[in-house]
This record gives sequence, C-alpha cells and structure tokens, in this order.
Amino acid sequence: MAIVVFIVFVVFVIGLSLYLGSKAKSSSSYYAAGGQIHWGVNGIAFAGDYLSAASFLGICGLIATVGYDGFLYSIGYLAGWIVALFVVAEPLKRLGKYTFTDAVDANYNSRGIKLAAAVSTLIVSVCYLIPQMVGAGVLVEPLLGIPHAWGVVMVGIIVITIVATAGMASTTYVQFLKGALLIVFSTVLVWVVLGRGFSTQPDQGGKVPFYHYTQVQATTVDGNIQAEELEILEQVEVKGGQLFVRVNYQGQENWWYAVETDGTLKLKESQSVVAKPKGKWINGAPESETNKLRQVGNLEQIRGEKLVETGSLSIIEFLASITDKDTIVRTWKNVSFTDAAGDKVTVYYPNDVRGDRIMRPGLKFKVEGTLLERLDFLSLMLALFLGTAALPHILIRYYTVPSPASARKSTIVAIAAIGFFYILTLFMGLGAMVNGTMNPADSNMAAPLLARSFGELLFAIISAIAFATVLGTVSGLIVAASGAVAHDLLDRYLQIKMDDRQKVTAGKISAFVIGGIAIILGILFKGMNVSFLVGLAFAVAASANLPAIVMLLFWKKTTARGIASSIIVGIVASLGLIAFSPELYSLYGLNPLDAPVPFSNPGLVSIPLSFITLVVVSLLTQKREA
Amino acid sequence: MLHEPAASTGKDPAGPYKRRLGIWMFLFYALFYAGFVAINLLNPLAMGMIVFAGLNLATVYGIGLIFVAFIQSLVYDAMCRKKEAELEENPEQISKKTTKTKKGKA
Repeated sequence: MAIVVFIVFVVFVIGLSLYLGSKAKSSSSYYAAGGQIHWGVNGIAFAGDYLSAASFLGICGLIATVGYDGFLYSIGYLAGWIVALFVVAEPLKRLGKYTFTDAVDANYNSRGIKLAAAVSTLIVSVCYLIPQMVGAGVLVEPLLGIPHAWGVVMVGIIVITIVATAGMASTTYVQFLKGALLIVFSTVLVWVVLGRGFSTQPDQGGKVPFYHYTQVQATTVDGNIQAEELEILEQVEVKGGQLFVRVNYQGQENWWYAVETDGTLKLKESQSVVAKPKGKWINGAPESETNKLRQVGNLEQIRGEKLVETGSLSIIEFLASITDKDTIVRTWKNVSFTDAAGDKVTVYYPNDVRGDRIMRPGLKFKVEGTLLERLDFLSLMLALFLGTAALPHILIRYYTVPSPASARKSTIVAIAAIGFFYILTLFMGLGAMVNGTMNPADSNMAAPLLARSFGELLFAIISAIAFATVLGTVSGLIVAASGAVAHDLLDRYLQIKMDDRQKVTAGKISAFVIGGIAIILGILFKGMNVSFLVGLAFAVAASANLPAIVMLLFWKKTTARGIASSIIVGIVASLGLIAFSPELYSLYGLNPLDAPVPFSNPGLVSIPLSFITLVVVSLLTQKREA
Repeated sequence: MLHEPAASTGKDPAGPYKRRLGIWMFLFYALFYAGFVAINLLNPLAMGMIVFAGLNLATVYGIGLIFVAFIQSLVYDAMCRKKEAELEENPEQISKKTTKTKKGKA
C-alpha cells in the first residue's frame, strides 16, 4: 500500500514538472516562475518550502523524545516569519530580480557583494541540503526496504529531474501541493490521536499487544549487584556512574538497567543491540524479521491513576492530562559501551518522567544549567528568530509573485499555514511519545510510525507526504543554489556573456552538479542529527545574510564594502565557531571538553559581529564610495 | 548594470508608512518573544506554573507566540491595505504631507 501511494505521488510530481517544463523557456520563468504566481499559491508554497524534513520528521521526533524542548524549535521557526513579514518582504521584492544576491547588490553593482552573497547562498543551501538528504534516506529505508544510500540517490535523481525540467515554476507547484497535503493530513492524524485518547497500556488500536517491562528488586554485596529472580552475568558502570547488568531472565540473556529509587535498588528490563562479529543481536537473540527492537513509549500513570483509558479527549484535556504533576511518562534513553567480550553494546532503557517536567523546557536545553548552557540556549533562540528572513531558498520565493503587496499577502498565508502546522507538531509529537509507536533507535520516524498505528493507508499517505516534504525542500534549495552559481557567479560576477536560453541551460547544469554533490553529502552524513544541522544552517544564514539585508534597507550609510565584509565575517565566524564547538568535536571523535569554543550555537557571537563589521567598514569607506 | 526587479512594481506612496508600521510591529513581537526567552533563562521553574485550564505557562506562552504572530500579521495587512487605498483615492495627501515636512524642516 505504502509503495503504491508513494509511486503514484512521485509519477504525478514528475508529470507535473514535465508539463510545466514545456512552458518555461526564459530565465525569468526558470528562476522566478515568471513573477506571476498567485499570492495564495505562493503562501502555501512558502509553507511547503519551509516545512522541511526537520520540521515534520525532526521536530515531531524531538517532541516525542524530549517533550516541550522540541516545541521550542516550532516557536522559534515560526517567530522568524515576523522578521520576514514586517522587515523584509515588501522592500526585498522591490529590490531583487531572481536571487538574494540581486537584492543586496541592487543599489551597488559591486563585484565584492556578488561574490560574497553567492558564496553565502551556496554555503547556507548546502548546510540545509545535507539534513534533507539524510532525512530522505531515513524515510525511504523502511518504506521501500532499500538501503540508505540508494534512497538518497533516488531522491537526488527525482529532485534533479523536477528542478532541471522547469525550475521555479514546477518547484512552486510541487511545494504548494506538498504544503497543502502536509497540513491536511497532519490535521487528520491529530484528529485521530485525540479520538483515541490515552491509555497506560497502548496497543496501537489492538494491532500490537502492549509489552510489560519487568522490574525486580536487587541488593548490592561488596559492590556486586544481586537479585533473587534472575542470574546476573556481567556488570558495567558507564560514564556518569549509571549501572547496567547482563542478566539471564527466564532463559533469555539481555541487558537491564540498575537504578536506585527511594533508597531501593531496582533492575529494570531494557532493550539491547549487541554488535557481534557474525551480526547484530537484539534483546539476546540474532536480529531477524521477527526479532527487532520493540516500539516503545507510554503513560505509566494518568493523573495519578494506573491501568486506565481516557477515551477521546479535547485539545485542552489532551495537553492538561500530560501536564499534570501526577502523570508519569515512560520515555526511553540509550547508552553505548563495550562489554567484557569486546562487543559494542547499545542499551535502550526506560526513564520515567513526571508530566509537568515533560511540558516545560529543560530536558534537552539546560535552562537550569550553567551560564554557558543558558547562553547556548539564548544563542539558538536568537538564530531561529533571525534566520528565517535570511534563508536564500525562502527569499527567492518573493520574486515569484507579481507585486510587493502580493509578497506581503503570501507571507501572511505562510504564517497562518506554518503556525497551524507547528501547533499540530505538539500533538503529533506527544501522541507519538505515549502511543507505544516510538522506534527507540531513531526518533525521526515518530510521526509516520504514529500514523501506522491507525492503519496502513494513513501510514502510506503520511510517508508519501514526508517524502514529498524532502523532495520539495531539496528542489527549492537546488533552485537557490543553482541560481547562485549560474546567475550570480557566471553571469553577474564573471560576466560570461550568455543569451536567455544559455542562462537557463547554465542553471540546469548547475542543478545537476549541486544535486550530485547533495547526493554524496547525504550518503556521507548518514546518522547525523537532522535538527542540529538545520539549526546550524539558520545560524549561518542569520550571521551572513540578515545584517546585510537589514542595514541595506534601514541605514543610509551602508556601503558595498560594508555589505561584502559583513557577509564574509558572518560566514567565517559562524562556520569557525561551529567547527570548534563541543558538538563537532564529538563528531570528529575528540573529547568535547577540549573544544576551544564552549558552546554549540554560534549566533549570539557571529550575528552581532557581522552587524558591527558592516557598520565599521561602511563608516570607514564612506568617502571612497561617495 | 544594475539588477532590475523581476516584475515592475512602480512607486509605492504608502512605502514610508508601511516601513514605520513594520518596525513598530516587529519591535512589539520581538519584546514578546524576548519575554519568553527571558523567563526560560531567569526563572525556568515559572514555566511549569499552571495558568489556564490545567495548562502551564510554557504551553500557553508558546502557543500564544504563534497566535499573536498570526493576529499581528492580519492587523498589519489590514492597516497597510487601508493606507494604500487611502493614498490611491486621495493622492494629494502625499504631496501635501511632503510639502509640510519640507516646510517643517526649513
């Protein structure tokens, strides 16, 4: 079923692209859809562009694992549209032609700006492309049963076809279609989640029996854990002092979590993956079609009551039930270590959290932590707020409508659609958290797996839409990046003489090359955190592009050198701070504590630095450019 | 060679008004957003306080930020459209205002 819906959707999208491609012959059609898209269509297409894999897969997955902290991304991403509407939309529409570079260079005709802005567009687009391609692989792997790399290649080929056939026109209609379908079917999913209500023993509508995880009391003798009901075979203490034991329970070997609560040591049944030389073992047996990690996530207690079902709930009752201090949510954490045999073990263990803790910030972002941890949170919220209005693939959508008033109206439609969707993410994420549908090894599939608990049809539709989400966003990014290469660099910066037809061909060749690079990066970055990468793309965009746009519009003393310098400083500062951050040190396999930059989100430093650079350089170059 | 816009837009007499309005509305929302971030940083436990129908401050403020963005955008559009229509019907307003401003400055 999922495959049929998926294939129908892909064939339809490619057919639409070919049809529109036959109409788009000029460079205006290719880069800006002729500037004739209706504002309502453009507004929903904005939503299609913006609601990427990070929003649909990433945010739902984050809410499903860390509760309210995931919703902070929704709030920040939406708030960014206020900057776009009130500060950028209409003036930018008046200034630009096809690309972000056109807009910032409109009053200057400076080679420095052209080069800096084109490079910035390329870097931000690539930062944004990587998580989309990784998301595509993650999605296609379980949906079609093909390896991650082939999934990424397939997405790459489809997207290149869409972009190369008709550029912005086909991209716009694909985005419109995808944006509309995403919002409609996410509403349907939330509707059925509310209709099902909560249960302390969720069984996916009777399809998957609820699994009871055992818990036994234990004691410690001379540092060794002992329990009457099971045999302890091995004991491991991991970083942070947590204890895990390999046990033989009813003839089955598995890893359990040892934790002391209320002065009593308890052993909690967990799930484990052991990478043995001859293949993976799941929960003490070889991995197979019938032996996989069990789906998890449930409420242990609802408003103080155990073993209850609520029946259907209203929106308020749904949120209030989870927020209650006597509600206990069972979430799952994981830890990796090497066992006595030298095999790599990953244990997924239960972690019971009070509802009122789930529904306020702090599980992921350490708002109660050290000053640096708090500043890191502030930095992220700043980048999310200022990043939207500086994303090249969002900015180019202002050139597809016929007038500044249409740009304004389409932004308002986008705010309505995106805001509504982000409220839905809270219900989808929390629904996935407590309906026993979470894959403990991968939170990115939270929303599609939640949909599957309501039947294969909804799963197929939601998965096809999630796939389209990736297709749409990648198409928009490739149009923006190919515009930077063909229009900004080749045509404007290097001044290679091309007629209109050659400009379109240059754009299509650029789309092929960038699409190819995106495929390679999507394969190389497999397993990287999707939301983290998108957050970084926002930080780079806010640092490199926003100061230039804002000062150009609101400060008359802004000079070409000021703009070019601020873009370069913004790129170098943000990428430099990211490269030496603790998060990246972990990726390099180094100790994060040795990282010279003590925080992971660069915006708090790089955005003001870029603004200051623009002001100082502009003041220093006043006479020269007068 | 400068970069001409994709579609010809003409003069916008309401431009300065819309720009001022946009800045004020942006500042209002930025303050509202800053308040949310500040509470998280300075008194994170306050976010858990129940404020309405069993919902805590974090939920109400967070969803409120999304709703306020939408409402503000509608108000902004309505005010822009009103001004655009006003100036379209009565174009002398623009020239009078311009003259007044010049006299005032002199």
